[in-house]
Amino acid sequence: MRNLLTLLTGMLFGTGIAISGMINPAKVLNFFDVAGAWDPSLAFVMGGAVVVAFIGFRIVLRRTRPVFEPTFKVPSNRAPDARLLIGSGVFGIGWGIAGFCPGGALPALGTGNLDVILFVAALIVGMVFTRMITSH
Amino acid sequence: METTFTPFASLAGGAMIGLAAVLLMLLRGRILGATGILSGALRPSDPQDWTWRVLMLTGMLCGPWIYFAAVGTLPAIDVPVSTGPLLLGGVLVGIGVTLGNGCTSGHGVCGLARLSPRSMSATVTFMIATGLTVYVLRHMLGV
Repeated sequence: MRNLLTLLTGMLFGTGIAISGMINPAKVLNFFDVAGAWDPSLAFVMGGAVVVAFIGFRIVLRRTRPVFEPTFKVPSNRAPDARLLIGSGVFGIGWGIAGFCPGGALPALGTGNLDVILFVAALIVGMVFTRMITSH
Repeated sequence: METTFTPFASLAGGAMIGLAAVLLMLLRGRILGATGILSGALRPSDPQDWTWRVLMLTGMLCGPWIYFAAVGTLPAIDVPVSTGPLLLGGVLVGIGVTLGNGCTSGHGVCGLARLSPRSMSATVTFMIATGLTVYVLRHMLGV
């Protein structure tokens, strides 16, 4: 039951990404192209997701523990630092070039689209490379 | 490439994304961040920690096919860049989300919903960087 519900949660996320249009890099990039082919859809996705999560987290985190685990693993570090801001800046440049973020690309990978496979391969290379550099 | 503004589908899809984040917190006590889930799945530590990540990833991959079952077509995936920029973008996203400990789902959805100052500054930074990059590429370099 625990694993089935976790799988269904992943399906809900992936289906939400597909329905929202955020699976489509052209649509994502057009949100940022205010001076050109502007498509404000991404703001509606973020708005809907944040409002539901804001309310839901407040209800869920009143519990003493999650349903299937002993503790909530919520980051306790709340202060921004240089590494966070540099990383987020680099992420934004990459997102602006390719149009995929990880949450959009992973559900898209399910279609077997070759461009998505290439993007996710490059994404993993970037992740593994950075982890190797920073762990030394 | 023009795309159609879809306020209702985007709001509904967004609400599903938010609900998935709430469910993962309720069931497993975890933040739903695509970066963290993928990163942890690539580095198996204990089997218990690995399993939920692989289940989430498997579920995500099914998303377009659930859409297909409901609508009759796969969702549009139009990649408006050639292979070189696509790969460069992928590597930069991989570096950035690893240094920044998260992306649009972890910082942008879960972090904002938790009112985390860290996630808010990350989200503002990557949204501005993405907007500037798109502006420079499309309107200054004419790509």
